[in-house]
Amino acid sequence: MNAGKIIKYVLLICISFALVFPLVYMLANSFMESGEVTKTYAVLAGGASSVNVKPASFGFKLIPDRVSFLQYYNVLLRRPRFLVYFWNSVTMTVPIVLGQMVVAFLAAYAFGKLRFPFRDKIFFVYIIIMLMPFQVTLVPNYIILRWMNLLGSYWAVIFPGIFCTFGVFLLRQFIRHIPDEYCEASRIDGAGYLLTLTRIILPQCKGALASLAILVFIDNWNMVEQPLIFLKDESMHPLSIFLSRINDSELGIAFACGILYMAPTLFVFLYGEEYFVEGIQLSGIK
Amino acid sequence: MFKANLKSKEAIAGYLFALPSLAGFAMFFIIPFAVSLYYCFTEGVGGSKFVGFRNFISLLQSNSFLLAARNTLIFDSVSVPLIIVLSFLFALMLNGNIKGLSYFRSFFILPLVIPVASIILVWQIMFNEYGALNHILSRSGIASTDWMSTGWSIGVLVLVYIWKNCGYNVVLFLAGLGNIPKEYYESARIDGAGPFTCLIRITIPFMVPTGFFVFIISIINSFKVFREAYLLAGSYPDMHIYMLQHFMNNNFFNLSYQHLTTAAFLMAIFIGLLVFFLFKAESRFGRNIS
Repeated sequence: MNAGKIIKYVLLICISFALVFPLVYMLANSFMESGEVTKTYAVLAGGASSVNVKPASFGFKLIPDRVSFLQYYNVLLRRPRFLVYFWNSVTMTVPIVLGQMVVAFLAAYAFGKLRFPFRDKIFFVYIIIMLMPFQVTLVPNYIILRWMNLLGSYWAVIFPGIFCTFGVFLLRQFIRHIPDEYCEASRIDGAGYLLTLTRIILPQCKGALASLAILVFIDNWNMVEQPLIFLKDESMHPLSIFLSRINDSELGIAFACGILYMAPTLFVFLYGEEYFVEGIQLSGIK
Repeated sequence: MFKANLKSKEAIAGYLFALPSLAGFAMFFIIPFAVSLYYCFTEGVGGSKFVGFRNFISLLQSNSFLLAARNTLIFDSVSVPLIIVLSFLFALMLNGNIKGLSYFRSFFILPLVIPVASIILVWQIMFNEYGALNHILSRSGIASTDWMSTGWSIGVLVLVYIWKNCGYNVVLFLAGLGNIPKEYYESARIDGAGPFTCLIRITIPFMVPTGFFVFIISIINSFKVFREAYLLAGSYPDMHIYMLQHFMNNNFFNLSYQHLTTAAFLMAIFIGLLVFFLFKAESRFGRNIS
């Protein structure tokens, strides 16, 4: 092994360390006792402004003095609220993932394989809206949700999520590259469009659909802005927002909450990494 | 006649399959977007009075809008080139025969799947006035800084943005690098070209199409850094990281929809034009290469 290679590996290991460090830090601290957490991070809880004297110890500690599962115990068994918010997140995320998969799959077939007037122009508008930050579509969404009387209900978050055009974009990327001959052959055999879709396209799309499900799940599990604006009732908020309040008020269980919150996405990542990577690659091909 | 019939049948099928998506898209995005456009040119509650371009003029004279627009531009023009260069270098390092490639790749992807809200605590601990970073700095004799309430805050956001998003670009660049035919490098080597010449003459030209897409996706992801900014510093953060998204969010809560929709309209036009010209530039570049 030459010197250049060694430098490369050392660099890669350093970068990897930096990438993984925040997660390791969360995990390590989640095994701290609540008392130790509040003591270590007193500066955070008080806020810098309320601390007049410079604290003796800085808020930074990787290894707990004593390993305990008390945070997890408190979160899961003593604070049922956490489970309520967890369930809120599930209630919003699962319908969006399933709904977007169905709607997007049908539309992706149309945009990818069938010719109809204005197809490409409509699709260009789809892409432009997909690229907009949430704040641009905020007022349009708000207007229609108020008109439909959906503000304050979960549908206010779910509907715009289902019709987000990302799914159509991603699946079309895949379906476009399925050779036309397959579809033509099935048409010659007398199959209608619907049969072609279910018998020819769908079996080949399984991987792409899995990729889409993972990407959409991770994106929406992470959602902050929409529930903050469309759901006034705090008891309906998802974990993401609950967590930012916990960080301020109940530091003692915050680390375990954070770990439990990211557990589903980590789980999806561990078991679906290949699909996740394929989804990213799919979004980038021409 | 028969052909025309087939064609119209296909068109009908196309519209039918696209219908659920089209209907929802029109219902939740396009129609209300058109309605909200109307707000841009009116005044008062519910848009009762037509005022022409007055909202645009007052928006462009508003200091908070100008600050937000400037900060967003500064953030993007620093973070986007930086993340593209870095992730390209990372992809080059990972390309080829690397032991443990799949592990390294997983490390790069990991931040993408970690929800922002669950990791924000670590950033708070890092960049707090009495936090970890200042702890390390003070040990090496450097005076501590209040990272989130000075000009450094933009640096913190750039760092968090790169930490979270570089994996996406690395995956795209790695896929692109894998598609370059090996023969090009072999014949270049026979002609006596060094690794640097290969990089300039073969790798980079081949990666330009991927680069275009990475550029677009990096801009999109840069808008999402608002979540971190909001969770770290609230609705009114340090003036260096007061972004357009803060401006729009705050105007929403202050019920000044006119300013919000006008700003949203301007931003939509800007992004639309940017994407349009990028696609144009890319197709022209594509013609040149072939």
